Amino acid sequence: MSEEVIVARGLTKVFNKNLVAVDHVSFSVKHGEIFGFLGPNGAGKTTTINMLITVLRPTEGTASILGYDVVKQANEVRKVIGVVPQEYTADEDLTGYENIILCADLYGIPREVSKKRAVELLELVELTSFKDKKVETYSGGMRRRLELASGLINRPRVLFLDEPTLGLDVQTRAATWNYIKRLKEEYDMTIFMTTHYLEEADTLCDRIAIIDYGKIIVTGDPEELKHSLGGDIITISIKEDVDISSIIRSVENVKEVRNENGSYRIKVESGEETAPLIIEALRRNGYTVTRLSLTEPTLNEVYLEYTGRSMRDTEESKEAFRSQRITIRRARAR
Amino acid sequence: MSRVNEYHPSLLRGLWALTVRELKKWLNDPIMLLMLVIQPLIWMGLLGKSMNLGAMFSASNLGNIEVPEKIPIPGNYVIPPANGVIYVSGTMVSQIIQQTVSDIGANVMRNVFGVTDYFSYMSIGMISMIVMTTTMFSGMSIVWDRRLGFLDKVLSTPVPRGAIIFSKVLNATLRAMLQATIILTLATVLGLQLSPSFTLINIFGVYAAIFLLSVGLSSVFLAFSLRSTKLERPMQFISLITMPLMFASNTLLPITLMPDWLQAVAYVNPLSYLTDALRQLTILTLDVSKLITDFMYLGFFATVLSSIGIVLSWRYLSK
Repeated sequence: MSEEVIVARGLTKVFNKNLVAVDHVSFSVKHGEIFGFLGPNGAGKTTTINMLITVLRPTEGTASILGYDVVKQANEVRKVIGVVPQEYTADEDLTGYENIILCADLYGIPREVSKKRAVELLELVELTSFKDKKVETYSGGMRRRLELASGLINRPRVLFLDEPTLGLDVQTRAATWNYIKRLKEEYDMTIFMTTHYLEEADTLCDRIAIIDYGKIIVTGDPEELKHSLGGDIITISIKEDVDISSIIRSVENVKEVRNENGSYRIKVESGEETAPLIIEALRRNGYTVTRLSLTEPTLNEVYLEYTGRSMRDTEESKEAFRSQRITIRRARAR
Repeated sequence: MSRVNEYHPSLLRGLWALTVRELKKWLNDPIMLLMLVIQPLIWMGLLGKSMNLGAMFSASNLGNIEVPEKIPIPGNYVIPPANGVIYVSGTMVSQIIQQTVSDIGANVMRNVFGVTDYFSYMSIGMISMIVMTTTMFSGMSIVWDRRLGFLDKVLSTPVPRGAIIFSKVLNATLRAMLQATIILTLATVLGLQLSPSFTLINIFGVYAAIFLLSVGLSSVFLAFSLRSTKLERPMQFISLITMPLMFASNTLLPITLMPDWLQAVAYVNPLSYLTDALRQLTILTLDVSKLITDFMYLGFFATVLSSIGIVLSWRYLSK
C-alpha cells in the first residue's frame, strides 16, 4: 500500500505580513513512512507541523491528511492525527494517568475504552509504576514518553512528532527512538517528524526533507542523499611502492583517485560494494593491501553541501532557546 | 487492524474535562486554599472590624458632657413650686442625651448603610471584590497554557473550540462561587447579621449574581490575555483597575456619600450592582424592585461583555 497520506502543495505561512516562516513548501508522505523535516532552529519546521495539525492556518497553499483538507476539514484531520509537541505539554499538577485521560476526553473517547487504553499505553512506554505520580516529579525522558503515550490515545493513523528528543541525553534519546519505532510497528502509523539532530534523521527516517529559511532544499532518503554527494571515501595502502592509480581507476564505480604519499584516497559510488572489487583487482595484479578504511558521508556533509553551512553551527542557539524555555517553566512552577 | 476513529468529541465532555483539570490544579494546592481563607479574613477582620462606624456614636465616644447635678427648668409655672424653681436630675439628662445620640447613630447607619453595623456591610462588599479579582486572574491562566504549548496541543484535538473558551469561564465562575461561600461562612462566624428576610433560597440568588459578573469579566479577560503578547500585560492591567473599580462602587461605602461625578461612575460600575444584589439577598430587608434592577444590569453586562470576549477569543483560536 503506498497511498499518499500527507500531501502539501505550496504551503506558505507569513507572520505579521512580512515574516515568511514557511515558503511554498511541497512534499508528500506515503503510508507507513517516517518522514523527517531536518533543519536548524527557525527554519520553519514547527510552523509547518502546526499548519498540518490544524493549529495554524496556512497563508497560502493547501495540505491534506488522508485526503482531508487541513483547513476545510480540520475536524476530520484532528480525529485521525496524533501530536507529540516539542514542549512538555502535560499538566504538571496532574498525574500521568490523569493527563492521558484528559487527552482521551478531548477526543470524546468513551471512558471504558480510554481507561483500558491509558493503562496499555503507560505500560508500553514503561511508566506504569509512575502513573499516579504528579508529572512535576517526572524526569525529561519520562515526560517525553508520557507525551508519546498521550499522543497515541486516539489510535492515530498519522503521528506528528516535533523534535521528539529535544533536550534529552544521548541514552534517553536512543531509547526514545526505540519507542518510536516500536509504536510505529504496533499501530501501523505514518509518522511525520521534525528534528535538528542529524543522527536522528539518519536512523529513524525513511525519507527526509532538508528545510532552511522556510524552503525545502532537497528531499530524498538519507542514503540516497549521502550518495548524491559523490559517494564514499575509501583509503587504501599497499605493501609495494608502485603507482596503482590506473588499476584502481579501471574498477567499476570509482570516480576519483588521489595518491597521497603512498596511500590512495578513492571516491567511489557505493563503498561497501566497491571496496572488495578494488581489493580483488589489486590481488589479480599481484599487490597486497595492507590497510583499508571506508568513510561514509554523514548527513552533516549533505547538509553542508545544500545549505552552505554546518548543521553544528546552529546547535548553540538551540541550546540557548532550551534554557529559556526551562526558565519559563520554573517561573511558572514556583 | 480495526480502527475506531469515529469518536464523538462533544462540547460538554470537553468542557467538563478541561474545567476539571483547572479545578484539580487549584484544589490540589493547599497553600492556595489557605490563601483563599486568609485573604478575606484579613480584609474582614482588620478593615471590617476596625472601621466600626456604628460605635462612633456610643456613650464612651461622647466624652464628658458637662452636666450639672441639678438642672433648673426656667419658666412660668402654673403651680409655682415651693422654692420657686424645678430641677431635673443631671444624670437622667445625660442618659437621655446618650440614648438619643446613640439612636441617631443607629438611624444614620441604617439610612446610610442599610444596616446598623459596618462589618456586615463591608463583608458583603468583600465578596464582590474577591469575585472580581478571582475572575480576572483565572482568565489569565490561558497565557500559561499558550506559553507551555498546552493550548496548541488541545487545539490539535477535535475538541470543540468553544469548550476551550467556556472551560476558562466556567472555571473562573466556579472559583468565584466557592470563594463567596467561604467568605459568607467566615463572616457569619465573625458576626455578620443576616436580615430576617434571608432564607437559604437566597443563596441561589447570590450564586446567580456572581455567575453573571464572572461570566462577563472572565470572558473579556480571556480575550485580553489571549491577545496580549506580553505575559505581564494582563497582570498590570488587573492591578491598575482593581482599586478604582472597588472605590468607585458601593463595595466599601455607599454611593450616596460620593460627589456627583463619582456617583456617575459608580452607577455604571457593575461591581455596584453585584454588591447591591448580594446585600439585598443577605443583610438587607429585601427590596424586590431594586434586586430586579440589579439583575437586569448584571444580565446586560454579562451578555455584552461575554459576547465581545467570546467572539474575540474564538477568532484568535481559529486564526
